[in-house]
Amino acid sequence: MILAAAPASPADAWLERAPVLLRDALTGWLPDALRPWVAALLSIATILGVFGLLFAYMTLAERKILGRIQNRPGPNRTGPFGLLQPFADAIKALTKEDIVPRAADQVLHFLAPVVLVALSLIGLAVIPFGRNLVAVEMEASVLYFFAAGAATELAIFMAGWASRNKYSLLAAMRALAQLISYEVPLLLSVVPVIVVAGSLSTTDIVAAQGGWAAGLWPHWHALTPWGFSAFAVFMVAALAESNRSPFDLPEAESELIAGHLTEYSGFKYALFFMAEYLGMAALSAMAVTLFLGGWQAPLAVLEFIPSYAWFGVKLLLLLLGFIWIRATFPRLRIDQLTRLSWKFLVPLALVNLINGGVWAATADWTGAAAVVRWFISALGVVVPFIFLARSLSAGYGPRTYRYASP
Amino acid sequence: MLGKGLLQGLAVTAKNLVGSYHDPARYVTQEYPEVQPKLPEAYRNFPFLVSETADDPMGTLRCVACQICEKECPPQCIYIEKSKDKKPDANGKLQIYPAVFAIDTAVCMSCQICVEVCPFDAIKMDQEFAIAATDRFDGLLLNREQLAKPNAYYHQIHPTEASEVDARLAAERRAAEEKARLAAAAKAAAPKAAAPTAAAAPGVPAASASPGSIPPPGPPPSSS
Ligand code: SF4
Ligand code: SF4
Repeated sequence: MILAAAPASPADAWLERAPVLLRDALTGWLPDALRPWVAALLSIATILGVFGLLFAYMTLAERKILGRIQNRPGPNRTGPFGLLQPFADAIKALTKEDIVPRAADQVLHFLAPVVLVALSLIGLAVIPFGRNLVAVEMEASVLYFFAAGAATELAIFMAGWASRNKYSLLAAMRALAQLISYEVPLLLSVVPVIVVAGSLSTTDIVAAQGGWAAGLWPHWHALTPWGFSAFAVFMVAALAESNRSPFDLPEAESELIAGHLTEYSGFKYALFFMAEYLGMAALSAMAVTLFLGGWQAPLAVLEFIPSYAWFGVKLLLLLLGFIWIRATFPRLRIDQLTRLSWKFLVPLALVNLINGGVWAATADWTGAAAVVRWFISALGVVVPFIFLARSLSAGYGPRTYRYASP
Repeated sequence: MLGKGLLQGLAVTAKNLVGSYHDPARYVTQEYPEVQPKLPEAYRNFPFLVSETADDPMGTLRCVACQICEKECPPQCIYIEKSKDKKPDANGKLQIYPAVFAIDTAVCMSCQICVEVCPFDAIKMDQEFAIAATDRFDGLLLNREQLAKPNAYYHQIHPTEASEVDARLAAERRAAEEKARLAAAAKAAAPKAAAPTAAAAPGVPAASASPGSIPPPGPPPSSS
């Protein structure tokens, strides 16, 4: 599928291979036995550095964009355009007093943020950030990723439980309710991808999305009807999994003070925020890998841009989407949250599972049959959506406000 | 249809985000210390003392230390000491003046009662809000020198109100002058012809129109 006219395949371009060359240059002089270990350490350091910086500047971008959406400039005093704000925040968090409630479980209270950050980070190990750029090559990397992601909610419960504070505990209960509700559609939406790609390995899934239909339409999963539906369900569930607005019930500021964060201060508090952004970044990276073609360029002519840049662009777009959504929607109530999951997302994902299966079974249809295949798939998305949306909003007709109508 | 409202909401916020870069109506924040706010004319916070001129504020204070405002101020934050001597005010009339006039802005609640009760239009509300001080006792206790601001400044901050006040003061001054002139004229006319009161006719209608005018047989109309 790669352009035959190109002098060399894009995989050989110098920029494309730069990270690998750099790693080889750095580890080349080591004895063979040590080399994989040092290489692994290097990838860990890179992931920590890149995602640490990404976290820092995501907080700034979030505050700036939220500000702009609310007709104000956002932080702009620390350095040019407020660019040093994340560092000022870090210094503030580091120098603050670390208060541990006397009644708290000291060990768990300390461990919770650490475990949370660690669990949010390890998922990133299996994301292919570019051609040949994956820290750990694994057969069942998708499974591993979601296992690590599910464990983060355990850390949140740990934080709530260890604080010995009723708000924290309530928040922790909410977190568990949310976990159970949204882990299901999250995983169900991924299954059709695995069915179609025929592999649990993230590298293979990205490879399966390579190439273009008619030279223009990328084979990304999100650009097929079933894939789009799965992508939408995945993103909604990812929002909930990373405790982001409008699903930020565990830390609903207005109801639970700060939820499980109530008894945390200083750097531990910052760690929770770091974990939130890392979790968000990890889930977005997974969404890019599963649905948006991973590091694949959208057009063949754009392949001269290195693969990791494409991955970065897609990741940033998804993260901006998270911010945009946060700026727009009000928080759901806990019953609305579980209702949305069990009555809408889960059935939609289940129907989509069949839809993905049909797509996989009809992979060899060509010509007019391909059009029929698309049509069937689209039908399999639109019809259940309409019916489920009807049943979800039944009895919840448009409200009339007596005094507040415009 | 589920999702329509969500998309509409997203469109609204997106419009705001993009609009904040080119549409001033969507970017209403003023960055305060650099951009000073345009205060509405009716904005008020603490009182100031009006002086007629800017060059000699202490000499031309309108305040005559009548102490009405001091008595009326609900939180009792005005402190006045009368002068022993008299000084000519802006109109050249001898008046006592406040030797000490202090307002404790830490206590003042900006109620404007002092302004309303002052019969001499001598105290008005200021718009200066950045009066933070490091010492809450002396720093916030404004004395007469700090409180005195020229009438021109009053015009600047409350133009409508200041013009009204000026017009009223001018009218009063004219009326007083007229009265004084009439009184002088009447005094001059009285010894000349006591019986024909019609001699004073040009000025009389104004006086006799007022309900309290004295019946003709009496002495010539005079306010004293
Ligand atoms: S504004 Fe009110 S509180 Fe302030 S000095 Fe005048 S009367 Fe007193
Ligand atoms: S400000 Fe007005 S009311 Fe107060 S003492 Fe002076 S003249 Fe009297």
